[in-house]
Amino acid sequence: MFAAAKPLVWALVALGALTAAGGAFAQSGEVNVYTYRETKLIQPLFDAFTKDTGVKVNIISASSGLEQRIKSEGERSPADVLLTVDIGRLEDAVRAGITQPIVSPALDKVVAAQYRDPEGHWAGISLRARVVYASKERVKQDSITYEELADPKWKGKICIRSGQHIYNNALIAAFIAKHGEAKAEEWLRGVKANLAQKPSGGDRETARDVAAGKCDLGIGNTYYWALMATSEAQKPWADATKVILPTFDGGGTHVNVSGVALAKYAPNKANAMTLIEWLTGEKAQHIYADVNYEYPLRTGVAVNPIIAGYGTLKPDTLELSKVAVAKKAAAALVDKVGFDN
Amino acid sequence: MSAIPSDLNDPATRGADLLRRPHWTPAAATGIALVIAALLALPLVSLLRIAAIGDAEIWPHLAAYVIPNAAAQTVLLLAGVAVVTTVAGAGAAWLVTTFRFPGRGILLWLLPLPLALPTYIAAYVYGDTLDAAGPLQSALRALFGWHAASDYWFPPVRSLPGAILIIGFVLYPYVYLAARAMFQTQCAIFIDAARATGASSARAMRDIALPLARPALAVGVALALLETLNDIGATEYLGVQTLTLSVFTTWLNRGSLPGAAQIALAMLAIVAALIAFEAYGRRHQRYQSVQDNRVTAPVVLHGGRAALALIACLVPVAFGFLIPAGFLLREAILRSLRGGIDPALLRHGVTTITLAANATLVILLLGLAATLARRLVPWRLIAGGVSIATLGYAIPGTVLALGLLGPLVAIDDTINWLTLRVSGTNIGLILAGSSAALIIAYNVRFLAIAIGFMQAGLARIPNEFDEVARACGAGPARLVGDIHLPLLRPALWGAALLVFVDCLKELPMTLLLRPLNTETLSTYIYQFASRGNFEDGALAALLIVSVGLLPVIRMVHLAEANPAARTKRGK
Repeated sequence: MFAAAKPLVWALVALGALTAAGGAFAQSGEVNVYTYRETKLIQPLFDAFTKDTGVKVNIISASSGLEQRIKSEGERSPADVLLTVDIGRLEDAVRAGITQPIVSPALDKVVAAQYRDPEGHWAGISLRARVVYASKERVKQDSITYEELADPKWKGKICIRSGQHIYNNALIAAFIAKHGEAKAEEWLRGVKANLAQKPSGGDRETARDVAAGKCDLGIGNTYYWALMATSEAQKPWADATKVILPTFDGGGTHVNVSGVALAKYAPNKANAMTLIEWLTGEKAQHIYADVNYEYPLRTGVAVNPIIAGYGTLKPDTLELSKVAVAKKAAAALVDKVGFDN
Repeated sequence: MSAIPSDLNDPATRGADLLRRPHWTPAAATGIALVIAALLALPLVSLLRIAAIGDAEIWPHLAAYVIPNAAAQTVLLLAGVAVVTTVAGAGAAWLVTTFRFPGRGILLWLLPLPLALPTYIAAYVYGDTLDAAGPLQSALRALFGWHAASDYWFPPVRSLPGAILIIGFVLYPYVYLAARAMFQTQCAIFIDAARATGASSARAMRDIALPLARPALAVGVALALLETLNDIGATEYLGVQTLTLSVFTTWLNRGSLPGAAQIALAMLAIVAALIAFEAYGRRHQRYQSVQDNRVTAPVVLHGGRAALALIACLVPVAFGFLIPAGFLLREAILRSLRGGIDPALLRHGVTTITLAANATLVILLLGLAATLARRLVPWRLIAGGVSIATLGYAIPGTVLALGLLGPLVAIDDTINWLTLRVSGTNIGLILAGSSAALIIAYNVRFLAIAIGFMQAGLARIPNEFDEVARACGAGPARLVGDIHLPLLRPALWGAALLVFVDCLKELPMTLLLRPLNTETLSTYIYQFASRGNFEDGALAALLIVSVGLLPVIRMVHLAEANPAARTKRGK
């Protein structure tokens, strides 16, 4: 049986050599995207883009380290566009010196200045909000502030994933940027004291735990809940919970961006610009709204009805760059109060 | 010091006949050792350089709030996994070797199967089935009329004990396979002797089999623990704050890549020290040279005892494989019926197998060259070079990938400089931008497995064979070709299969280093998992498991073939 396997092995070796030789080049009519977004999620977007423009999109998706990869690759980097979530990562990319300004009056016209880098090194494409999943049965109130999550009345009733996850890191950073580090520490200790269990799992597990009665309140992102509500198997969890859009005291809801940056040495710069502008166009923004359940950033594009059902989003007005600055302090605070321990 | 302890013979006994060897052997061996050591030196030097940038600010913070807890959690996790894998792995190996009971034949095939299951997938499956909203707790609530999950206590699956059990039950085959091979051959004669003096089976196990199997157990447990230490998916999901996780949060959240590199290198130093310590503890022991391949006379169990043995062996198989694989099968069927099968899956499968097969081939060749070089030329320099190369297994995958990026691009830049000079063309990132980066990364990481297996295999070929062959005038080529290679075949297969399965499952390095438009089954599943829908990747997970099963089955086939007949054929 294994004698027969030998030709197969050599065929595989040959195939491997071919793949190795083939992967390295970028040609015209293409654009190379490095992304932290899941391929499955952005593939519908890129398929539509290729159909519209004839430009082929090549993708590398990863969970971390893409900035380092582009930086290491240096001038020969095939990267044209970095597509990512979280303001911190966008700022990291800028700090790593791997971006160049996006000069596009068309983009500036449709994306509010609040969601663009003043120097043009990144631009937001869509928004997500960090919200509360509340038990329909056990939580009567329909509004809440982030500050209230530290109220002892919720003792043993809150579920959340790791405080070091980027979504929570940005929320805590926003709290620091708004209230200062001392207040934030007091708040985070309060939230920690209210936890029903050690932080673990993801936003989906948080929703499951609220649905099953492990806790009354969970912290999660807007689109996870919409994904559950539209999935046959997960619908019961969505049905048992409601989404409350929390606000900061005297402020709005904490939002974060998914955004785009133009690589410094982009070999296909023209195509990259076409893609970036296309992503903020009508068609792409509708896909963001209805397939990915995110808040489109282009003015005039409606949110998906499920997301609209949460109520009207009033994003906090704090500049995202200030959130990015406070991220390191937020990570340190999570360590200091032993939030994940 | 080597990431995989091995029991190589004392070089001193072999140094004398060095003079009789043609002069090219030492040179070739030195060359091989240097190349292999360089392979690991690349990322290591690059990590040292990152660490040397330094970040003095972060250390007081890390020392006060991060390291103590992370170190404690890591030690507890490793200790727990060591206990679970040893009890499950060595226990099952002893039961199926010493006794005959109904179901044993099937168990021989089932026991190694968890090898094919990535740990993070097992973690997701158990998270889903055992948490508050999972089927078990839902059924309990319905049964007892409890209203909410806060009305009763249930052991939390996302916890340190949960992580120990899940990881332990998936990784025990490393210990099982090593222990089984040892019990089967080395120990038989001694156990028979012990029994003849009236010792019970349990005493024979405790006093004879376990101490004799110690080097094999050490290899198995070391592999399982290094695999645990590399894990990030399962532990993060289960909420265990390990040192590996703190490497990542220090890099990504605390914004200190130098700090992260320093933690990773400190961990590497501790691992290397522990392994050296273990080897030092056995420095006076000799395990080699029992060439009696008689299989010990099995004890036939009946009734309750047979049932107990069967259950004891079924527990690890069920938790480590049958339950998670069953869950995946169910989800895959449900989803395929509802949404159809993603046509890209076949392409990803071919990519995965191609990459793994190529990497395995290169790893085997390098590993074999290194092991033989070390056997033929007993120089410290060569032993040292080979040992350094095996440390790659002790560095977390993403860190290793980060460390490799710089050197790969540097080589690419040199190549481009040359091609520009010679032909005026710019050929781009031919290493860093292609699958070559992955093959090299897999080599750095998994070479330790190949070298560990082959050294253990080679150590069982007595030096007398080498001496007799040389006395008869055989040169090194004939010695290797006619004596070593045939006798090494089982070890070669074992290494090939284990490396292949590990390459199939590899996630963190593949994520960061793969070329454009390249998706492996692992990275394909990952995107669903990170979106909170890992069940959508069930079919892909099942594909990894099935592809991984074939080599595992082949490995069992080899291991369970009559060892005496095998050796005879080999000789």
